[in-house]
Amino acid sequence: MITAERKPLAEIIDSIDDCRRILLVGCNECVTVCSAGGRKEVAMLASAMQMDFMKRGKTLDVREMTLERQCDPEYVEQLAPYIGQVDAVVSMACGCGVQEVARRFRDKRVFPAVNTKFMGASEGPGIWAERCHGCGNCLLGLTGGICPIARCSKRLLNGPCGGSSHGKCEVSDEIDCVWQLIWDRLKELGQEDRYEEIIEAKDWSTERAGGPRKIVREDLAQ
Amino acid sequence: METFEPVIVAFCCHYCAYTAADMAGTMRLNYPTNVKIVRVPCSGKVDTIHMMKALEKGADGVLVAGCLDGDCHFKNGNTKAAKRVAFVQKLLEEIGIEPQRLAMVTMSAGMGPRFAKIATEFTEEIRKLGPNPVGAAKQAQAAADKVA
Amino acid sequence: MMTESVLEKVMKAGHIAVTGECGPPRGAMPEKVKEKAELLRGYVDAVNITDNQTAMVRMSSFAASMILKQIDMNPVLQMVCRDRNRLAMQADIIGAYSHGINTMLCLSGDHMKFGDHPMASGVFDLDSIQMIQMVRKMRDEGKFFGGAEIKGAPKMFIGAAANPFADPFELRVARLAKKVRAGADFIQTQCIFNVDKFEQWMKGVRERGLHKETFIMAGITPMKSVGAARYMRNKVPGMDVPSELVDRMAKTPKEKQAQEGIDICVETIKRVLDIEGVAGVHIMAIEWESAVPEIVERSGLYPRPQV
Repeated sequence: MITAERKPLAEIIDSIDDCRRILLVGCNECVTVCSAGGRKEVAMLASAMQMDFMKRGKTLDVREMTLERQCDPEYVEQLAPYIGQVDAVVSMACGCGVQEVARRFRDKRVFPAVNTKFMGASEGPGIWAERCHGCGNCLLGLTGGICPIARCSKRLLNGPCGGSSHGKCEVSDEIDCVWQLIWDRLKELGQEDRYEEIIEAKDWSTERAGGPRKIVREDLAQ
Repeated sequence: METFEPVIVAFCCHYCAYTAADMAGTMRLNYPTNVKIVRVPCSGKVDTIHMMKALEKGADGVLVAGCLDGDCHFKNGNTKAAKRVAFVQKLLEEIGIEPQRLAMVTMSAGMGPRFAKIATEFTEEIRKLGPNPVGAAKQAQAAADKVA
Repeated sequence: MMTESVLEKVMKAGHIAVTGECGPPRGAMPEKVKEKAELLRGYVDAVNITDNQTAMVRMSSFAASMILKQIDMNPVLQMVCRDRNRLAMQADIIGAYSHGINTMLCLSGDHMKFGDHPMASGVFDLDSIQMIQMVRKMRDEGKFFGGAEIKGAPKMFIGAAANPFADPFELRVARLAKKVRAGADFIQTQCIFNVDKFEQWMKGVRERGLHKETFIMAGITPMKSVGAARYMRNKVPGMDVPSELVDRMAKTPKEKQAQEGIDICVETIKRVLDIEGVAGVHIMAIEWESAVPEIVERSGLYPRPQV
C-alpha cells in the first residue's frame, strides 16, 4: 500500500495556527494500515493539537472524521455538510486524498498532516519497506519477483555494483543489496542462467518521467 | 498561597496493580488522595488515546500501572503498554508538555507498599512540575476574562 | 584496430599496458590537472580521469580530459551513470571524440550519499552495462541509442570496471561476462591487495575464455601509510585488504611506511603479471602520482612501447 508518516507536529500546527475551527480527516485504507492517518491517529492528532492550543491560551475546535477513502469523490462528498463550519481542513490521507479534498472544496484551505512516502509492504508489525516504484512496465518476472527499480539504490537492471558488501547496499547496511536477494532467489528457482541475460535499457516514458499518468477503462468510464 | 494539589489518573491493571492498590488500602498504608484509580483488565488495554485524553482533560499526571516484566496475565500486555507510554511521551515533547507527566510502572499483586510508595513519589514529582500547562492556561484565561 | 586509441594499440601489439589515474581539482584550476598529469608522462600509456569521484563535485572528466589532450597526453574519459541521462552521455561522447578523446570507461558511480551533495537526485537512466551497449552501438553501427544515424560516429575504445572482491563473489565472473558481451574492450579491476582472491577470480575468468575476449588490467594502489591501509580495509565497500598487509605497514616505522607501500605495490604488480590473462596494470596512486615513475620502473615496465 501507500505508506506515510505523520509530519512533525510543529509543522502541522504552524499551518493552521490562525484557525479556530478545523476539520481533521483521516482515511480508512492505506494510512490506516501503516498507522499514520486512520481513525486512531486522527484522535491522537486532534488531542495533541487541542492541547497545544490550550497551552498557549487559545482554543481549537476540531471535528474528527475518517472517510473510507479520500481518493474517491463519492467519499470526499461526505465532508460537504461540515465544510462551511470550519476555517480549514487538515487531511491525514496520502497526497492523493489531500488533493481530492482540495479539488472538491475549492474555497477551503487544505493542509497535509502526513508525509506520503512510498508504495510498500509490511515486513512485520510496525515495519513497512519500499517495494514498488510504479515504473509502469513491470519486469518482476525477470528478476525472481524482486524489484531492482524500487529496491536498488541505483536502480541498476544489471547489478550488483561494486559496492555490494555482505548482502548490504553501500548506501546503508540497513538496506539489503537487492541484487544479492535476486541472485539468491534465482538460485532457489534454478534460474541462475537468467542472471547473465542482459536486461535492456528501460523505457522510462511509462514512468512519471514521461509526464503525470492516467488510466482509462473505456468500459467503465462514463 | 494555596498548595497546588495535582490530579493524578492511575490506570491500574486488575491482576497486579489494582490488587496492590487494594492491598495498600487493607494494610492501612497512606497514599495521596490525588491519585484516582481507573481499573482496567490489563495495562495493555490502555490505548494511547486514553493517556492523551486524561492529560487533555486536565490531569496533571498519568500513571499506567501493570504487572512485572514477564508476569503479565495476558502474556505481553505490559510490554505493549510500556511501548505506548514511550510513544506518547515523545508526542508530549513535541507539544511542549513535560514527558515525565506520563509514566509506566510495574509491580506484583502483593506489593501494597510499592504501590503506596509510587503513588506518593509520583504525586510529589508532579507537584514540583506544577499544574498541567493545558489546564493552567485555561485557568489563567478564565481569570483574565473575569477581570476584564 | 577499431579505434585510434593508444591503449588499444599497445595491448593488441601484445605489450603489457600501463594506465594511471588523476582526479580533477575541485575548482576551475587547469594548471593542477597539467601538474598531476606531467608526473605520469612517459610512464603510462593513458591516464584515467575520474568523474565526480565519490560523488564529490570536481571539474568534469570531459573538461580535464581535454586539458590532457592539450598537453599531448592520452586521457581515459570516465563516465558515471549517476550524473547523466542517455542524452547527455551521448552528447558528451560525441563532444569528447571531437576533441580527440578516444578511450572511455563506463561506470555506475558511487551513490550521492558519499559526496558533498547527498540531497541531489541520482540520474541512473542507464546502468553501466547498458552504457557499454550504447557506446558500442555508436561506434560499430554508427547509430544513436535511440536508433537514428550518427554523422561522425565516435570510435571509442570501451572500458568497464570489475571488482573481484565485492559480494557476492560467485557472481563476479558472471558479471564480467555480461560486460564483455555488452561490448567492453578492456577492463580495469578494483585495486588488488588480496592476490590469492584475484587469482581465484582470474581462474574463473579463464575458464570461460573471457581473458581472450577482453583485455584485463589489474588495478593497483600503493598504500601511503598504515592509516591508509586501515581505512581501505575498513571503510571502503568492496575492497579486500588482507590483515597481513596492514600488520606489515603497522610494523614499519612511520617515516618508512610510504616506501614500504611502494615496495608492496611493486611486489603485487610482479605477482599479477605472472597470472595468465592479465594484459596490463592500472595504477591508481590518488594524490600520490609522484610515486608512479618508481613503481613503473621497478616493475620492469619502463620505457613504455612506442606504437
